[in-house]
Amino acid sequence: MAAIDLKGVVKRFGAITAVDGLDLEVPPGICLGLLGPNGAGKSTTMRLLTGQAVADEGEITVLGHRLPGESKEARAQMGVVPQLDNLDVDVSVEDNLAVFARLYRVRDVRAAVDRGLTLARLDGRRGDPVDELSGGMRRRLLLARGLTHDPPLLLLDEPTVGLDPQIRTELWSLIDSLRTKGTTILMSTHYIEEAERLADEVALMMDGKIISRGKPSELVAQHAGRETAEVYATPERLAEARAVAEAQGLKVRPAGPAIAIVGSEKATDGAIPPEAIRRAATLEDVFVLLTGEEAE
Amino acid sequence: MSREVANFRTFWKATTFSSVLEPVVYLLAFGLGLGATIVDRVDGLDYVEYVGTGMVATAVIFSSAFPAMFGTFVKERFQRTYDAILAAPVDVEELVTAEMLWIGLRSGFFGCFPLLVSMLFGLDPSPGMVLVPLFAFVTALIFAGFGIAVAASVAKIDQFNYVTTLFITPLFLVAGTFFPIDQLPGAVQIASQLNPLHHLVVLVRHACFGFETADLLRVGVLIAFAVVMWRVAVNRMEKRLID
Repeated sequence: MAAIDLKGVVKRFGAITAVDGLDLEVPPGICLGLLGPNGAGKSTTMRLLTGQAVADEGEITVLGHRLPGESKEARAQMGVVPQLDNLDVDVSVEDNLAVFARLYRVRDVRAAVDRGLTLARLDGRRGDPVDELSGGMRRRLLLARGLTHDPPLLLLDEPTVGLDPQIRTELWSLIDSLRTKGTTILMSTHYIEEAERLADEVALMMDGKIISRGKPSELVAQHAGRETAEVYATPERLAEARAVAEAQGLKVRPAGPAIAIVGSEKATDGAIPPEAIRRAATLEDVFVLLTGEEAE
Repeated sequence: MSREVANFRTFWKATTFSSVLEPVVYLLAFGLGLGATIVDRVDGLDYVEYVGTGMVATAVIFSSAFPAMFGTFVKERFQRTYDAILAAPVDVEELVTAEMLWIGLRSGFFGCFPLLVSMLFGLDPSPGMVLVPLFAFVTALIFAGFGIAVAASVAKIDQFNYVTTLFITPLFLVAGTFFPIDQLPGAVQIASQLNPLHHLVVLVRHACFGFETADLLRVGVLIAFAVVMWRVAVNRMEKRLID
């Protein structure tokens, strides 16, 4: 049985269709990265899974429970780490955990709080007000709060958005340890590196639907080939290089001030400028090619 | 409610201070001030006793409607506390019910302080007063539900000013707290029957000085109001919180 199963799900907000015929299945025990640009429908998908949004069409099943009717039963087995920090700033670190342990009907609240504090490495800050914590500590506390009841399924909505690279790496280690433990994780992100590092599989989302899915290496092989050549030059030279590469059927994507010629191993003589820098194809190449958006 | 209890541990001193001191200030100003100069007795009661018993309603509306309005709005819009809670196995009805019960319990407790302060100014204790916390609790539920429904309906926090001016202030002023409503125009007297605060004021005074049979009907009216406001609050919050 899939941990999460969405079939033909549609969600509209007035004239905007945020989720447009979404089919997504998450097998138990894997970390699925839901990768997409801003506005792709990732957060709406997360809200549909927690019952905080109700689909206009389609079917949603989470851990065997049909939503929205059995949303409460599903949420009892699900941990959620939201994109926006919604920690309770009026209470202490340990009270934030204790309140949620009670909401999840955890039997031994004290033990759950102690576990959460250890996971978040905030044992020494248990009595402190939340607004005295740094951004990284707050994110760790949010993660610990979502795990108070030791759920089999965890939803992470942009878990490291806005954090320093160092803190991001710390959180990745935490998330990776959960993955190793066998927790099923659905993680939405627009950071390529995050998806590459943590996800067993990546589903690319754009305009409310999945446009491609597979292991990161499979997606790269399928859409970007083995090699990419980056060309840094004047706009005129770049336009010329692009035209030559595209004439040979090669895909060319923007890369900041440069262009990247994807699948350059297939290029014939003259298609790749001599000044180009050749490197291995990456998930970023796939992302930009398929979504047309610059990656972060 | 565990979140509210944890939160209250941070703010209880400030809340208790204002809940105790405000009725004292009003009693001094109206009860002793007016009572010593312009007004001596109203409806057969010393004016201090008249105002002191009426102040329970004031304490209830101010400790229920405003926290419900502002607290709900801040938690929903700025702190996103409800988003966090609804990710747990809690539904909107439970969330609203818990908020209303907490506000009701707190207001029921703090609503009694004007009576206690009035005793210092000469009000005699009576057995009926043990029911005052219950009357205050039910009335606070009404205004908690009202406040939550309003918070779920407005787009900006400034819009609470309209609600305060158009609803809360008139309800508070023509509840019979400071002057009898039987001196007001007939239409206002009829409208006051739709004012839960007026019913609370009458019930508190009768609890202190002798119940009447009609008080059972007043209790029924308050309970009916509370049930209606509960459902309105749940309905409005569902529309606000669930897309």
